[in-house]
Amino acid sequence: MMTTRTCCGRQFNAPQYSSWSLEANSHRNNMGAVQSGPTEHEFQDIADRTGFSLEQIRNLHKRFKWLNNHQETLRREDFEKVLNLSLNPIRAKIIQAFFDKRNFGMNEVGLVEEIGFEEFLTVMSYFKPPNKKLTEDETEALRTKKLRFLFNMHDTDNDGTITLEEYRHLVEKLLSTCETLEQDTAQDIADAAMLEVARTTVVHMEPHEVYEGVTFEQFQQILKGIELETKMNVRFLQVNTTTMHCGK
Amino acid sequence: MPRRHLARSAGCCKSFVGRRLVTVTLVVFLVGTVLPLGAASSPEITTRDVNGDHNQETPENKHNEHDSHNTSQKAFPVLSVDFDRIGQPFEISLWVLLASLMKLGFHMTPRVSSIVPESCLLIVVGLLVGGLIQLVGQKPPPLGPDLFFLCLLPPIILDAGYFLPIRPFTENVGTILIFAVVGTLWNIFFVGGLLYGICQLEGMHLGQVDLITCLLFGSIISAVDPVAVLAVFEEIHINELLHILVFGESLLNDAVTVVLYHLFEEYAGVGHVTPLDVVLGIVCFLVVSLGGILVGAIYGILAAFTSRFTSHTRVIEPLFVFLYSYMAYLSAEVFHLSGIMALIACGVVMRPYVEANISHKSHTTIKYFLKMWSSVSETLIFIFLGVSTVAGNHSWNWTFVTSTVILCLVSRVLGVVGLTFIINKFRIVKLTTKDQFIIAYGGLRGAIAFSLCYLLDPVHFPKRDMFLTAVITEIFFTVFVQGMTIRPLVDLLAVKKKQETKRSINEEIHTQFLDHLLTGIEDICGHYGHHHWKDKMNRFNKKYVKKCLIAGERSKEPQLIAFYHKMEMKHAIELVESGGGGGGHANVKMPSAMPSTVSMQNIQPKKQPERVLPQLPKGREEEIRKILRSNLQKTRQRLQSYNRHTLVVDPYEDGWNEILIKRKKVIELEKKINQMSNYLTVPAPPPDSPTMSRARLSSDPQAWSVKHDSDGVPSIQVDLASPQSPPDSVCIVDDLAKSSALSAGTREEDGGLMMKPPSSLAVTAPKKDEKGGEQQEEGKEQQRLIRCLSDPGPSADEEEDEPFLP
Repeated sequence: MMTTRTCCGRQFNAPQYSSWSLEANSHRNNMGAVQSGPTEHEFQDIADRTGFSLEQIRNLHKRFKWLNNHQETLRREDFEKVLNLSLNPIRAKIIQAFFDKRNFGMNEVGLVEEIGFEEFLTVMSYFKPPNKKLTEDETEALRTKKLRFLFNMHDTDNDGTITLEEYRHLVEKLLSTCETLEQDTAQDIADAAMLEVARTTVVHMEPHEVYEGVTFEQFQQILKGIELETKMNVRFLQVNTTTMHCGK
Repeated sequence: MPRRHLARSAGCCKSFVGRRLVTVTLVVFLVGTVLPLGAASSPEITTRDVNGDHNQETPENKHNEHDSHNTSQKAFPVLSVDFDRIGQPFEISLWVLLASLMKLGFHMTPRVSSIVPESCLLIVVGLLVGGLIQLVGQKPPPLGPDLFFLCLLPPIILDAGYFLPIRPFTENVGTILIFAVVGTLWNIFFVGGLLYGICQLEGMHLGQVDLITCLLFGSIISAVDPVAVLAVFEEIHINELLHILVFGESLLNDAVTVVLYHLFEEYAGVGHVTPLDVVLGIVCFLVVSLGGILVGAIYGILAAFTSRFTSHTRVIEPLFVFLYSYMAYLSAEVFHLSGIMALIACGVVMRPYVEANISHKSHTTIKYFLKMWSSVSETLIFIFLGVSTVAGNHSWNWTFVTSTVILCLVSRVLGVVGLTFIINKFRIVKLTTKDQFIIAYGGLRGAIAFSLCYLLDPVHFPKRDMFLTAVITEIFFTVFVQGMTIRPLVDLLAVKKKQETKRSINEEIHTQFLDHLLTGIEDICGHYGHHHWKDKMNRFNKKYVKKCLIAGERSKEPQLIAFYHKMEMKHAIELVESGGGGGGHANVKMPSAMPSTVSMQNIQPKKQPERVLPQLPKGREEEIRKILRSNLQKTRQRLQSYNRHTLVVDPYEDGWNEILIKRKKVIELEKKINQMSNYLTVPAPPPDSPTMSRARLSSDPQAWSVKHDSDGVPSIQVDLASPQSPPDSVCIVDDLAKSSALSAGTREEDGGLMMKPPSSLAVTAPKKDEKGGEQQEEGKEQQRLIRCLSDPGPSADEEEDEPFLP
């Protein structure tokens, strides 16, 4: 079990390599280190638990090592290496999700500073397409799992509801790529969305009552229309570090 | 599709025109069954015309003219008949009228149309009409390829292309392409090859049919037809995935069919195909398909660019969309490229930009026109299919026809099962056995195959009549047998039906969030997949393309905001409509104004205004219930009409289910009123935000505005306490207002409710003491209201009312 490690695993902050050639060299130099990492047996172990295939795990491990410069653990800064991520309007939320204990399935709450390969895989497994035909119940379970992951991304303070503040923050982030945006617009949209949730989920409310926020059940209800179990999937098959240099 | 025998088809068009009078008679007959006046006029024309063949007709008419000229020396003809002059357009109008009346008729008999698909009924009507024409002794007009390919097909394809659901299409484009290209190829060679084998059997008298001809026939019969698929699939409301798979295949297989059709037609005389020809055929396929897409995309961009500058001449905006797409279709046809692909590409490319540029009304107009044209075209196509069945020279050959039908079915099933086996290895969402069955079973053939076969030259293909018979049989088999049984089968297999896809803003937000999230995850794990490239495309689109093609501010508008504006606009329109429209069925109709008691105050805890709500007196409760009940009945009436081409797409395009749900909700509400929480709070719309006003301004000077509602419609302010109450109040309350205005005597008594009868009513009503007079006034007011709401005029109307407001 590679749970959260202390900082002593890392002696230094990994220098950010600017070019691919340097990176390739370091990769080669560190070949031994890679092999001294998780063994085939460990891989098999992880594969059984997360449902990834061995090949996928090997690929993801390569990627993991590339991200953290062959350290044992991954920290927030490492994600800066992914150039395309800097264009992503919700990058902060995505990175946050990797360090959120709720997503590790341990019934723990809170944030961690760095994660090991297994946590990395656990988070990735939320995006894994099912590799066999699922029964009705399994599909539902999978759906709930994915929904919970999304819900956790929105519910930053873990109080069980997505409050108006959190919702506004989300919409602001989504619209953050737009330069000419009035401050109010994002708020208006979030308000309208919140009102819509309240209207469709809560049937009756006294005027003096206050709508606390979207609960998980309501969240499930409003996302009924999106077939998450089929949409929220990423193929991990051809994960390839060598294509990185052209990914500018 | 490029047609080669234009001269021939032009000839047939002429003969088509020639038989107009008889057609006139027949249509009058048909209409006559509805309107009794037909009986009187028809025999006269019939007797005059029965013996007139086309060739004899012209001299005879000239003779008549000559006669009338002679008589004119005696007296000036007070009434002269010159039918020839208007004959052709008259006949065309009659055909269209017949089609429209048929459509109307089917919707009045919902029981029949719930069992039999419309396409089948239309073919039957065509058969009847054809039979009648033949009875009268004339040759019914066949479905000419020119008429079909140049007039009837483009509207349907444009409608399909313009409203193509991009997202499911792009997500499944690989599967669709494999079905469309590999699947169609397989069908062609399987059917063609085996038919050749059957023809070679002894004792069939089919020995003279060579392999190339068989393959040509295979290429005609193998393509799934978009018109037939649309007609059947839209009625069975199948889920999005299956719909786009079958429909997308039917659109994209056009290129394959075109290329192979021409290839085989070209080599039918030569008798053998060299490997070089095969290579050229593949190159030709690429040219035809990619060229079609390119032509379409160019015209699409041109259309988008043109629409950038139309802000001052809003009226002709829709015309550009139609013209550019038709030009794209024709231009592609000029080079023998795939016209269907060009149309699809054109529609898909232009839509996002055009929609951002044009006004809301123009958008509605485009929707209306496309739906109208496509549904009339479709109706005409099926009627003509029936008519030409009667018209054609048939040569029935049991072996050939039955083996065609069986081979088509077998090859389709084998093709789908085999290809799905391969495709499923790459798909995240696997296609189940049920899906495969529906895809295979949904492979309907239609008018395109018929027209292609009709185009064959009888000189080169002596067996053309037999082919035509086989094609028609295959079309009838697929449309009747498969089309009629697919609905029960879908129910039986419990195939997932289409969900109501009214997008809520939450879904929009979370879909976008999901997109970004998946892109982010793909980036993190270094996998360049679907989402990555989509993101790249979006970025490119936003950075360069939008700036060129969209005028002004809106080019920088992110999708979410555009969506939000659209939604606000819809709300505004709904509010206006619910205010007028002769009865507040709005609370039944739209979910947003559903009588939920949640309002902005509940959401935004900051304000927390104390709202003192008046109690509803017992009588008022009763009234509300009455209104609700009458609304319920209205919904029930509305439910009856099945309509594929309903126009008011977004806000009200609700299937049965949703209406039922709403009805349930209304009943719930009624219950709630029973329990009487005594508050009748009104769903306040989102406050009139700056974006809202911008949306109004930017779209159209005559845009719908919420204000009409507050100004024109008598409304009741329920909440006395809050100073700036929402201007819109609510449907129920509006209704209340109206009914209460009628029974004006009780007005003073309702203690809690303060009515605010605005505008003229407020001024005029008290002056008139007699009740009758007041009701008249009320009627006038209603009329005026409805008029003003149906087309909200310039804001002068508002200003007119302004002085009367307190």
